Amino acid sequence: MSSNVLALLPELILTLVGVFVMLTEPCLKPGSSRKPLGWLAIAGAVGSLIASWYQIQFGTIHAFSGTIQVDAFSVLFHFVIASVVLVTLLGSLDFFEGNASHAGEYFALTLFGAVGMMLMTCSVELLMVFVGLEISSISTYIMCGFRKGQATGTESSIKYFLLGSFATAFFLYGVALAFGATGSTNIYAIAHGLETTATPALAFTALALIIIGLGFKVSAAPFHVWTPDVYQGAPAPVVGLMSTAPKTAAFAVLLRITFTSFPLYQHRWAILMWVLAALSMTVGNLGALMQRDVKRMLAYSSIAHAGYLLVAFTAFPFDGIAAACFYTATYAAMNVGAFAVVTQVAGYDERARTIDDFTGLGQKRPYLAALLSFFLLSLIGIPFTGGFFGKFYVFSAAIHGGNMWLAVIGLLNSGVACFYYLRLLAAVYTRPGSESTRLNQLRRISVPAAIGIALAAVATGALGILPGGAVSFAEYASHSTLIEQGRQECAASPDSCNLQLNYDVK
Amino acid sequence: MNIDHTILTIITFVPLAGAVLLALLPDKGRLMQWGALAVTLITFLCTLHLPAYFDYSAAPGTFQFEQNSAWISSPAIRYHLGVDGLSMWLIVLTGFLAPLGVLVSWNTIGDRKKLFYTLFLLQQVAMLGIFVSLDLFLYYAFWELSLVPMALLIATFGRTANRRRAAIKYFLYAFIPSAILLVGMLWLYARTGTFQFPELAQLAATHNISGNEAALWLASLSFLIAFAVKVPVFPLHGWLTDAISEAPTAAVMVLVGKLGLYSILRFSFGIFPEQSRHIAPLMIALGAIGIVYGALIALVQKDLKQLAAYGALGHVSVVVLGIFTFTIAGLDGGIYATLNEGIGAGAFFILLGILFERYGTYDMRDYGGLAAKLPWMVTLFVITTLSVIGLPMLNGFIGEFLVLTGAMQSTVTHHIGWTVLGTTGVILTASYMLWMIQRVFYGDLNENTADVPVPDVTGREHLALWPLIAVMLAMGVASPYWLRAIDTAGTYLAQDPQPVEPAASLSPTDAQPQIPAAQEATK
Repeated sequence: MSSNVLALLPELILTLVGVFVMLTEPCLKPGSSRKPLGWLAIAGAVGSLIASWYQIQFGTIHAFSGTIQVDAFSVLFHFVIASVVLVTLLGSLDFFEGNASHAGEYFALTLFGAVGMMLMTCSVELLMVFVGLEISSISTYIMCGFRKGQATGTESSIKYFLLGSFATAFFLYGVALAFGATGSTNIYAIAHGLETTATPALAFTALALIIIGLGFKVSAAPFHVWTPDVYQGAPAPVVGLMSTAPKTAAFAVLLRITFTSFPLYQHRWAILMWVLAALSMTVGNLGALMQRDVKRMLAYSSIAHAGYLLVAFTAFPFDGIAAACFYTATYAAMNVGAFAVVTQVAGYDERARTIDDFTGLGQKRPYLAALLSFFLLSLIGIPFTGGFFGKFYVFSAAIHGGNMWLAVIGLLNSGVACFYYLRLLAAVYTRPGSESTRLNQLRRISVPAAIGIALAAVATGALGILPGGAVSFAEYASHSTLIEQGRQECAASPDSCNLQLNYDVK
Repeated sequence: MNIDHTILTIITFVPLAGAVLLALLPDKGRLMQWGALAVTLITFLCTLHLPAYFDYSAAPGTFQFEQNSAWISSPAIRYHLGVDGLSMWLIVLTGFLAPLGVLVSWNTIGDRKKLFYTLFLLQQVAMLGIFVSLDLFLYYAFWELSLVPMALLIATFGRTANRRRAAIKYFLYAFIPSAILLVGMLWLYARTGTFQFPELAQLAATHNISGNEAALWLASLSFLIAFAVKVPVFPLHGWLTDAISEAPTAAVMVLVGKLGLYSILRFSFGIFPEQSRHIAPLMIALGAIGIVYGALIALVQKDLKQLAAYGALGHVSVVVLGIFTFTIAGLDGGIYATLNEGIGAGAFFILLGILFERYGTYDMRDYGGLAAKLPWMVTLFVITTLSVIGLPMLNGFIGEFLVLTGAMQSTVTHHIGWTVLGTTGVILTASYMLWMIQRVFYGDLNENTADVPVPDVTGREHLALWPLIAVMLAMGVASPYWLRAIDTAGTYLAQDPQPVEPAASLSPTDAQPQIPAAQEATK
């Protein structure tokens, strides 16, 4: 297998399956079940998971004239994205309940979106990142407005599209300025060019613009304003996907650009990240306090979690990258799980929207309620869940880097966060009043959806109780990027080379 | 087979296995009650292994029944359990109270039994985990975990419509200081590279944690405040009355005192010996004020549960007064009084619970003259009251006496004045308790409750109460048996830390992480 094919194997599998789903869909009779297409898409997601796993044995692969770099770092993010897609697809197989006319497109778009996100994580060429960003964004724009009959869906889609395009423009402008300042759009060449650039102010402006563009994608405050409206209007499984997978990819890009491309300016961008992290945590948690709509509440919660993740950027490179990798994985597991449960409770036409609508879920569906509680407790950061260890790891890295006060702000925030998660939890376990009928038409949870939720729960639990394996994977990913960075520096200027390769590949 | 190295794991995780089992079994008949009773009894029997095989001649400051195995390599977290004289009887007490808690909930929890007993057992896991953990990460995990089942128990099985508010209040009160506690722990880890309590205590004893006095102070406060809220120490008791009046009896029995007090003794005193001694004058003042404040407020209560809540505040304040004197008598007495609080308050809350079960009210104005109708009940109430107010021959006396002796011997500033103030609490406690007995059981029959036909104490309730009464008596007459283990801990904690050697604090071993220039600039 040529290294080009090998490097993009997961993306190729998803693209081929997606195209096949797209082509088959018109051949099916209108009104017939679209489930086989869904199963095909699931097979594709599993295939890309296996392909990512297969890639890890080759160490670092360069392909397509050095624009693609597959290493442990990108494999980790591929893994997270493919798993999120898998859980989302399992949860949405039965989601359409007789509204199945466009289900085939939905499955194909999910796969195409995943291709874009995966491409973002393994590109070391900013223009390639941009291509990935566009592929993933356009797919999610469409999926947001998937329920065409509903006004909120259209609002959500258009809002996301307009603001998203605006943010992408920021990103692209940043890339252009980086090219102007350093003469390249390759992240290693930028790092090298920064040492000799005549226009450091321009270079830093470029970085700031890129951070704004990506800050929008990860919904960090103050670029978060679109999040609640878009999440509220989009279908629940789509929100589960778009609140985790594209963010994961954007964080991967942000990690690569900040730590690998602009390490020279760390003292400057670390301050930016400090401010973004503190703002996101505070705005997210305080905003969530006032929400009655569950999806809006989880939207603000995702802003806050983006803030926790940004805390990792203020740490030392090695700690920071490892902590961010780990937190991304736990966040993806628990958030996609929470949305999978919400999908099951709310259904296609969103019978249960507000916190009060969830009253009595504990009695009607004890297992579903127990799983929702587990995900919420993990989002709070209760011990023996992934959320706790993730937070612990991130703040430990920040304190090691000397950012005591950011850790204090973050942990106080997690105290505020308890309040709104607990409100939902308390509603779930409160006896329903006689007037509450919203949950009465709750249908049985299908087997694939149950498997999807169980997968997310197992991942969340395992990351909390036995995080050892995942931590070493995250550390390995962090090492592999830093080593590659050192290697590239040596290749660019061999006389100032002080590279030490002393890490065992586990 | 020698199970000394796994017994603590067994003790901690038997209730967890029980909780999982109960969650899977169908909620039919009395299956949940019997299941929970069996699990808690097995746990209790396992805890008895500890006093049976405890080595009293072990060097002070060492741990027994230790289990120390690798868990997570980076950050360096180990699965490290162990007990010493401080924690041993607390573990036995926790095991002892659990079956009684099941017995008193037997009929009061009518529906959603599965949820109740599962949460009850999880609470048990968290408490036992707190007492046995010697790794700060593991300890913190159990500490945080202990909030969740308790908050859910209050929110779901609370008495009035106010329960959700009480649960959230309890949770936030405990969670926010705990978040700051985590910062303190992570700071310690960043300085020393270890979460192991024995290593940290060793570093603290040789002044090798950090040369930065201000940072050490902040870290010690982050520990102390988190623990003091959980105790609660006056004036951090805002959550107490709401939580106590809402929570079901079985949960109230374990709500107050021992977790926070144990944590202060173990972690605040162990890792921050000097800072704890510096803050002692403030803490004994708060202790003495808490005794009098709790007793005075209890004196004017009309609601029995409110009375018990403020009474509990007074009793934990006695412990605070005792342990911060840093005398052997004060520390021994404080630990002893922590056990007493568990037993005495446990019995008192059970009695209040069964009274409420019969009459459906906690308002003292609805009661009167019950002595003639309920002879067993009044007997048990009086014995419990005598234990709580510290009558010689019963357990309460030993703890209170030792605490006040220690407080008089102490060298902490202003100790005499605060001790005198605290001693008045003995009188005030007797006043509100005896007045309560008089109003509920003597005098004329109250018209609100006179005509309600109620049974006296039933067989099941006898079964829940007599073990407590027997322990009160045993701990009152045979105190040396318990004090033997407690004294090893008390003596060790009372030792003054070595004075700072000038070389030690400036030595290069002081683990300062190397901060590159780029990072330095961000601060």
